[in-house]
Amino acid sequence: MASVRFNHVFKKFGDFTALNNLDITVEDKEFLVLVGPSGCGKTTALRCLAGLEDVTEGDIFIGENRVNDTPPKDRDIAMVFQSYALYPHMTVFDNMAFGLKLRGVKKEEINRRVNEAAGILGLEQLLKRRPRELSGGQRQRVAVGRAIVREPKVFLFDEPLSNLDAKLRVQTRAQISKLHQSLQTTFIYVTHDQTEAMTMASRIAVMNKGVLQQLDTPQALYDRPDNLFVAGFIGSPAMNFFDAKIRKADKEAFVEMNGFSMKIPANKAEKYMAYDGKPVIFGIRPEDIHNPEFLPSNINAAEVEAKVDIIELMGNEINLNLVSGTHNYVARVDPRTRFTIGEKVKLVFNMDNMHIFDPSLDSENPVAVR
Amino acid sequence: MQNPNEIPNGKTGPLTWIGANLGRILVSLIVPILTFVILWQGYIFLRDSDAPKLVIATIAIIWGVGGVALLFYVTNWLVEKLPGSWVRRIQPFVFVGPGLALLGWFLALPVLRTLYLSLLDETSTKFVGLENYKYAFTDRIMLEAFRNNLLWMIVGTSVCVVLGLLIAVLADRTKYESIYKSIIFLPMAISFVGSGVIWKFVYAYKGEGVGIQEIGLLNAIVVACGGQAQAWLLNPPWNNFLLIVIMVWMQTGYAMVLLSSAIKGIPAELLEAARVDGASEVQAFFKITIPYIQGTIITVTTTILIFSLKLFDIVRVMTGGNNGTNVIANEFYIERFTYNSPGRASAIAIVLLIAVIPVMVYNLRQFRERKAF
Repeated sequence: MASVRFNHVFKKFGDFTALNNLDITVEDKEFLVLVGPSGCGKTTALRCLAGLEDVTEGDIFIGENRVNDTPPKDRDIAMVFQSYALYPHMTVFDNMAFGLKLRGVKKEEINRRVNEAAGILGLEQLLKRRPRELSGGQRQRVAVGRAIVREPKVFLFDEPLSNLDAKLRVQTRAQISKLHQSLQTTFIYVTHDQTEAMTMASRIAVMNKGVLQQLDTPQALYDRPDNLFVAGFIGSPAMNFFDAKIRKADKEAFVEMNGFSMKIPANKAEKYMAYDGKPVIFGIRPEDIHNPEFLPSNINAAEVEAKVDIIELMGNEINLNLVSGTHNYVARVDPRTRFTIGEKVKLVFNMDNMHIFDPSLDSENPVAVR
Repeated sequence: MQNPNEIPNGKTGPLTWIGANLGRILVSLIVPILTFVILWQGYIFLRDSDAPKLVIATIAIIWGVGGVALLFYVTNWLVEKLPGSWVRRIQPFVFVGPGLALLGWFLALPVLRTLYLSLLDETSTKFVGLENYKYAFTDRIMLEAFRNNLLWMIVGTSVCVVLGLLIAVLADRTKYESIYKSIIFLPMAISFVGSGVIWKFVYAYKGEGVGIQEIGLLNAIVVACGGQAQAWLLNPPWNNFLLIVIMVWMQTGYAMVLLSSAIKGIPAELLEAARVDGASEVQAFFKITIPYIQGTIITVTTTILIFSLKLFDIVRVMTGGNNGTNVIANEFYIERFTYNSPGRASAIAIVLLIAVIPVMVYNLRQFRERKAF
């Protein structure tokens, strides 16, 4: 068990910067998920930590030890690969025992640990099989078992669920969460799937283009994204963004969009006053747009007229694609809603959960104004 | 499919059927006959024609290639006229049949004839039972040849494979991999007789005397290092090893190319997993790489094994089998063409064939396991 620290780590492949000043501290026993689109550097970060890549600049610590120059075998980490990387010529038992044998663990101890791990993962009946005789889900569990038996300081997972079907993925997700609770070890988990990140992580590090965008708990990322990228990446369907302007009128402030405008709640108005007349990006999540018939109580509601473009029935909710003025956006409304396509309807934005992003500093990735 | 001409209650007699299908039967007979006539005429023309060579050659190519295609096409067409179940049964033979027939003619038949000859005396007229085999297994020269072949198989094969593997692994980690590999693969492109000539220069020894200049590369090196020029190919048992070096020079490239492609086929994640699991580079090599490419190693080994078992050219060119360097295939050649003793030669050939069979079977089984065919 140990903490992990990336201390201003850079990784370059020729001209390409895969990790740009990555600075993350993972606490002991934490479940940290690195999430981001493909090519964002999350896997590179994991491979640097495992010792499979050298860092170009900066330091990596596992516990108190700087491990930059430590070979993988001496870092006391275990890794579950995306392809599982099971040794095809070895049985399930030998696959799991391989690391222990190399470390000279006694035979009885190897048997004990492998059988224990097999018990946890439901692999007892498969110990004599070879990887090619296993299903995808079974292979995945063997890969996890191979990591467990080692009893390492840190577990690394590189997209371990991406080769499983949807149903199995949900099950395995829960199993890995449970495993983390029972093992009480540091887990670092890489995925491109924000649902996986949200459901399993104690904290999430969102990355894009080699840069850490935000590192926080799942709820905080969802409620208070630091920038446009995080706001758009976390949550499904994604947050709606509108090009807008702030307009000041006496003590009140409004967000002006193309074709309609909304009043900013009084308790928030003050911090946006300085943006009077400036272009900003207004963000609101689909779930914060309501059908007025089924309005939650105690919200700062702002009405908007919209034309219904597409209706997606999900059972527990309805996703509406809407058009207001020149803006297209999505709302997740109460399943009792009875709208028809083409209908002009009134909807309500919950302005308590609105987001404003300021493009003046970084036009590609505007920063949240809070 | 129901034939529309058929009477529904199934009372069709064979005569009615023939009557109804007379046209088809005639066509089925005429087309093959016509094909045969065309091919035969082509043959007659090629045999007797006085046309310019270029014309003859062009026609021969067209006749040969086109004839084969025509034969396949017509036979296939004929077979497809048969009822469905028969088509499925016969069609494979249409395509495999000619190949099998040629194999039988050029391979199986000669083997049987050799077997027959091996039981006759040197005039190929008198039956002598297993006398030739007794010779093959007891004669001093033959025993020496057996010993040398064993040497070739063990030393030659293992050096080829180990060296090939080593180079494949090392080259995999260098920058100019393809250059190194090309250089090492190059001797494969030289015929055995050609490389024999090359190595004759390497091992050349002119003897001692006034005005004699050594031209051998090896002797040049030895002399430059302060040693005495040697008659390398005259001293047993070392001359055998010097000959084996030639095969290693030629065959290492083959082993290297196959092993190298097998090594490149190992998923990178597999070796990374091993490293994370705690394996050193050497442990990862022996516990992951070697088992992973085991199939290729076996294939390469057996192929070179068979090769060294039937080795002939190098010995023939370099020493002619003298000075304790004889091998089975060379002894066969000597018996047949120098001593003109087809009985003994055939017996040796059969012995060689039987020795190759187990390796061959093992090799084929390996191929099948890996679904190579």
